[in-house]
Amino acid sequence: MLLGPSLAVSAVLFALGVAGVLLRRNAIVIFMCVELMLNAVNLTFVALAQQLGVAGQIFVFFVMAVAAAEAGVGLAIMLAIYRHRQTVNLQNINLLKG
Amino acid sequence: MPAPPLSLLWVVPALPLAGFVVNGALALTRPTAKRAVSIVGVGTLVLAFAAAALAVAELARQHATAPLVFRYWEWLPVGDLQVAFALQLDQLAAVMILVVTGVGALIHVFSVGYMYDDPGYARYFAYLNLFVFFMLMLVLGASFPVMFVGWEGVGLCSYLLIGFWFNEQINADAGKKAFIVNRIGDFGFLVAMFLIFTHLGSLDFETVFTKAPAAFLPGGAAATAITLFLFLGCTGKSAQIPLYIWLPDAMQGPTPVSALIHAATMVTAGVYLVARCGVLFALSPLGSAVVAGIGALTALFAATIALKQWDIKRVLAYSTVSQLGYMFVGVGTGAYAAGMFHLVTHAFFKALLFLGSGSVIHAVHHALHATHTHEDAQDMRNMGGLARYMPWTAALMWIATLAIAGIPPFAGFFSKDEILGAAFAEAAVHPLWYAFWAMGIAAALLTAFYMTRLMLYTFHGPNRTGEHARDHLHEAPPVMTGPLVVLGLLTVTGGALNVPELFGGHAFLEHWLEPVTSVAQRLRPVVELASSTEWALVAGAVLVAALGIFGAFRLLKPEALVPARLAPPETGLARLLWKKWYVDELYDAIIVRPVMWLSREVLWKIVDARIVDGLLVNGTAAASRAVGWLGSRLQTGEVGVYVVLFVIGVLAVVGAAVR
Repeated sequence: MLLGPSLAVSAVLFALGVAGVLLRRNAIVIFMCVELMLNAVNLTFVALAQQLGVAGQIFVFFVMAVAAAEAGVGLAIMLAIYRHRQTVNLQNINLLKG
Repeated sequence: MPAPPLSLLWVVPALPLAGFVVNGALALTRPTAKRAVSIVGVGTLVLAFAAAALAVAELARQHATAPLVFRYWEWLPVGDLQVAFALQLDQLAAVMILVVTGVGALIHVFSVGYMYDDPGYARYFAYLNLFVFFMLMLVLGASFPVMFVGWEGVGLCSYLLIGFWFNEQINADAGKKAFIVNRIGDFGFLVAMFLIFTHLGSLDFETVFTKAPAAFLPGGAAATAITLFLFLGCTGKSAQIPLYIWLPDAMQGPTPVSALIHAATMVTAGVYLVARCGVLFALSPLGSAVVAGIGALTALFAATIALKQWDIKRVLAYSTVSQLGYMFVGVGTGAYAAGMFHLVTHAFFKALLFLGSGSVIHAVHHALHATHTHEDAQDMRNMGGLARYMPWTAALMWIATLAIAGIPPFAGFFSKDEILGAAFAEAAVHPLWYAFWAMGIAAALLTAFYMTRLMLYTFHGPNRTGEHARDHLHEAPPVMTGPLVVLGLLTVTGGALNVPELFGGHAFLEHWLEPVTSVAQRLRPVVELASSTEWALVAGAVLVAALGIFGAFRLLKPEALVPARLAPPETGLARLLWKKWYVDELYDAIIVRPVMWLSREVLWKIVDARIVDGLLVNGTAAASRAVGWLGSRLQTGEVGVYVVLFVIGVLAVVGAAVR
């Protein structure tokens, strides 16, 4: 039931997320793009769960829980960086190099 | 398993090993506990001799015709190679263990007196006990590898004891020389073992000697190669041409060590090996001829050098080399009993000579030390007239001198005569042996001469030790003269061990060894001489010996000698002999120096410094650093770059998984 369109939307969302991560400079925006990729995967899980059983839907909850934890930690790090550097532009944050 | 009492054979080598462990521990913890060291060192040897005597008595009671082999544990089970740690007792090993423990015990007793003032007393006895242990392993081993353990072990102890006073460079060098020269011989022993294993698939004496007559063509290449490589080992250990050069230098060690290791026991290991492998040598006429030929040549060559040496121990050292040559003539001729007989009698009279010389050196050293004179205590030119001060030593050494010269009825007469007789008899079949016999006779003449020279210069004529030092000369303590007396008795009576039928004897030793030698004798029958010829040979040999002694008395003038520091340099032939035919210089020029040059200029400066250190060690480090530098270029710190790489990587993995 609507499997094909669901997967197509999911693929588009995922590709948008990847593009955002690759192209944008602002850490917050990149962070949101990562969330977009995670939700694209969630959509795939839900769509396929209709045929393959409930396990996919349960996985979605795990992903959401992990994403929430990640958002908490990630935003805290970014806040700390901002207090130090007064910027969250990733091009300016490049001290750790070989 | 044969009779239970004999399976305790391991006790015989274990006793000196225990002595080594205890004395070694004492040397490390309480080096001043000399009384305990003496009791342990001498006690274990006396007990070992008692155990050996019991074992031999039991062997004689059983009338065993085959060797009694005792397997204790599997030692080297590797594929086809199955080597058990096994000891074997037969009539040949019986003779050897009695000589090793018996003469060894006497020399241990002597050492108590000789070494008592030495700070390394405990270490000395630890080494000496270890040596006896390895020597017993050598003669009791039931296979080539077990024997090889003993063979290497005695070499190690020899090295440790030659360099016993390692504070002086010359002693340490002598130890190294002995070790390195012996390694060349050991290489031959190893190759021979490999060859035996390839051809026969076993290294146990019993199996090898049973299979050998069927497996090897008499006179074939395999048997000849094996015997020649074995003999290379013997030339190293038993100081024969071309590897004899280490033995005279080995005299840098303490004198009792020279008596035990470098005269009575270790250096006879080669003779024992040839006798043990008699079957193999009987299968190779060429190998036997080389053994006898090298033996005869060494006997003569070393005797010429002994004529002109001034160091009393060096004379005896060259005399040992020469007498070992006789033994090889004996075993190379196939007269194993004669060779072993000379080994036994030589152990008695040469140990006596060395211990006697030790007693002399001890006295002269103390006299020189007491007067603070820095003269050489071993140079015969600093001795003279010692018979007045040490009558026991002089009398006993005269007995040994007559024995080594071959004057009846002393021990050396019978054994030397038997070897020369066997060589002469063999010449009827192989005319080459006439030359060996002639060299033996010539060496006998020289032996009588140089031994009389040694006695005249040391004990007779005026004393040259020095005005004040003379008053300090005295006979050695009883703990030293005691063993000398026992060895003197053995030197007088030792000939009774194997009085030939010619003199109405029963050739006891020959019959005793028959179970061991019979296989080899069947392959290579001993030629018998007519008794009239034998009488002529005996008369000739005695005449030659008497001529040598008489000649020395007539030609040498002990009155004309001057102390070493005043002596004029030798000239002409005398200088050539005094310089030992320049053999050491020759070896130095053609072997030692090229090897040193190669080591220094090529192996060190090019191979080690440039290739190993430069290319391999530092090269590896430089390569790691270069790769690390390349990797560090990727760490830009730009998160964007990482993400791009990450995505490319994921796409590659997914692409690979999908396809």
